[in-house]
Amino acid sequence: MKPLIELQAVDFAYANTRVLSGIDLQVEDGEFIGIVGPNAGGKSTLLKLILGLLTPQSGSIRVLGRTPRQASRQIGYVPQYPSFPRDFPISVEQVVQLGLLGAGAQRGVLNRLWHTGSARDDVYRALDEVEAGAIAKRQIGSLSGGQLQRVLLARALVGRPRVLILDEPTANIDQRVESEIFDLLNQLNARMTILVVSHDVAFISGYVGRVACVNRTLVCHRTDAIDGRVIQELYGEHVRMVAHRH
Amino acid sequence: MHAFFDALAEHSFLQTAVVAALLASIGCGVIGSYVVVKRIAFIAGGIAHSVLGGMGAAVYFGFDPLHGALIAAVIAALLIGWVRLHWHTQEDTLIGALWAIGMAVGVLFIAKSPGYQADLMSFLFGNILLVPPQSLWFMVALDVVLLLFVGAFHRQFLAVVFDEEFARLRGVPVGFFYLLLLVLVAVTVVLLIQVVGLILVLALLTLPAAVAGHYVHSLGRMMLIATVLGGVLSVSGLALSYQPDLPVGPTIILLAGAVYVASALFSQWRDHRLRTRIVDDPAGEAKPHG
Repeated sequence: MKPLIELQAVDFAYANTRVLSGIDLQVEDGEFIGIVGPNAGGKSTLLKLILGLLTPQSGSIRVLGRTPRQASRQIGYVPQYPSFPRDFPISVEQVVQLGLLGAGAQRGVLNRLWHTGSARDDVYRALDEVEAGAIAKRQIGSLSGGQLQRVLLARALVGRPRVLILDEPTANIDQRVESEIFDLLNQLNARMTILVVSHDVAFISGYVGRVACVNRTLVCHRTDAIDGRVIQELYGEHVRMVAHRH
Repeated sequence: MHAFFDALAEHSFLQTAVVAALLASIGCGVIGSYVVVKRIAFIAGGIAHSVLGGMGAAVYFGFDPLHGALIAAVIAALLIGWVRLHWHTQEDTLIGALWAIGMAVGVLFIAKSPGYQADLMSFLFGNILLVPPQSLWFMVALDVVLLLFVGAFHRQFLAVVFDEEFARLRGVPVGFFYLLLLVLVAVTVVLLIQVVGLILVLALLTLPAAVAGHYVHSLGRMMLIATVLGGVLSVSGLALSYQPDLPVGPTIILLAGAVYVASALFSQWRDHRLRTRIVDDPAGEAKPHG
C-alpha cells in the first residue's frame, strides 16, 4: 500500500538560507507521528510544505496520492499561534464553521442551502468532540489558551479530514490541559493519521508511535529507540531528558 | 436645528444631500467594518488619495469627475493589493508612493485643465450640498454592487479577513478575494467622496465601524450598527453645519471623531472595570463582554 504522505529528496530554502535538505519521509495511514527538533531546525517549514503553503525548490511531496494543494481539503490543521487578532468580532461557532469552507464546493447552490442545517450539526459535533460545546456562543477573544486550542482543533476536525496536522498545539497552555489534548489526539488517531510538532520529545513519546527528528535533515526513530544519545545528536548539545509518567 | 428641518422640507438640494449621506452610509458601514477588522486603513487611505489622479484626468479630458474617480480607485486598489500580496519587503513605502503620486497627477491635471475653475477644495473636502440629483442613481448603483458582492461572498470575505492562512488551506482563492475586497473599498471611497471629500474619506470609512466594534462582537451586527451610525453622523453633521454655515465634510468628521474618542474612552473604562471585577472575584459571574 502507498504511504499516505510521502516526501522524497525535498530541499527548501528561504532566500539564501537553506532550511531543509534531502528530506525523505513516509507516513503510513493511521500513524501518529511526532516531529521534534531544535528551534529554527525546520519543523514548521516541513509542515507548511506538507500543507502546500510552501513549495519545495526540489524533490516531491505527495499527500493522499496528490499534490499538497489538491489534498489540502482533506487535511485538518491546527497552527502554533492563532494568525488572527484576538479582538476579532467572531464567535466560536463561526470560527469552527469556517473549517467547512470548501467542503461543499462541489455541491450546487440548492444542495448547499439544503445542507445548511447539517453544517450546523457538523459544527456542534466537532465542538462536542473536543469538549467545547458549552462555549459555542462565546467570543473568540474571551477564551483561555486551552479553550482556544480546543476551538482550533474543532475547526480542523469539522471538515472530517483524513490527516490532522498540529504545530506545537500545546506550546502556550499548562501541562494538565496539554495531557488532555494529547489524550484526545490519541482517540482521534483511531480514525485519522496525525502529525504533531512538539518541542518536548519526552512528553510526546508517551503518545506517538514514531518520532521524526528535524534539524535541517530528517531522521526517524521509533519512540522506544529515543534515548539521551539520539537527543544529543539531534540538538547538537547536551539536553536533559525528563521522563513523564502518564 | 429647527432652521435645518424647515429648510429640509423646503429645499430639494438639502433633501438630495440627506439621501446622498444615507446612501454613502451603507458603504461606510458594510465595507468600513472589513477595513477596521482587517486593519487596512492605510491601504484604504492610499486608494482614497490616489483617486485625485482619476478625478483630475477626467476634468482635463472633459468627463464626469466621479467616473474618473471610480476608474482611478479601482486601478489604485488593484495596484496596492498586488504590492501587498507580492512585494512584502517595501509594502508601506510603495503604498505611500502610490498615494502621493496619485495626488500629484490629479493636481497637475487640474492645474492644466483649460478654462476650468474647479474648486479643488470640493474634491479634497467634499461638498454634499452640491451633489446633483442624478448622482444619487450612480450612488444607488454602487451600493447595489457592494451589497450583491458582500451577500454572495460573505463567508469567503470573512475567511480572508479573519485568517488568510487557514482560508488558503480550505481552498479559498485568497489573493482574488483580497483584491475584490480592495475593489469594493475603492467603490466605497467613491461613494464617500461625495459626502466628505477624499482627504476625510478615511475617517468616515473607519470611525463608525470602530465605534460599532466597541459594542458588538459579530461582523454582521458591526456592519448594521456602523451603517446606522454613519447615517446618523452624516445627517447630524449636515444639520449642525447648516445654521452657522460651516463646511459640511469637516463638521461630519469632527462629530464622528468626537463620538469615536468618547466611545473609545468609555470602552477602555468598561473593560478596566470588568478586569478589576474578575480579579476581585475570580469565581464570580463576571465575564468579558460579548
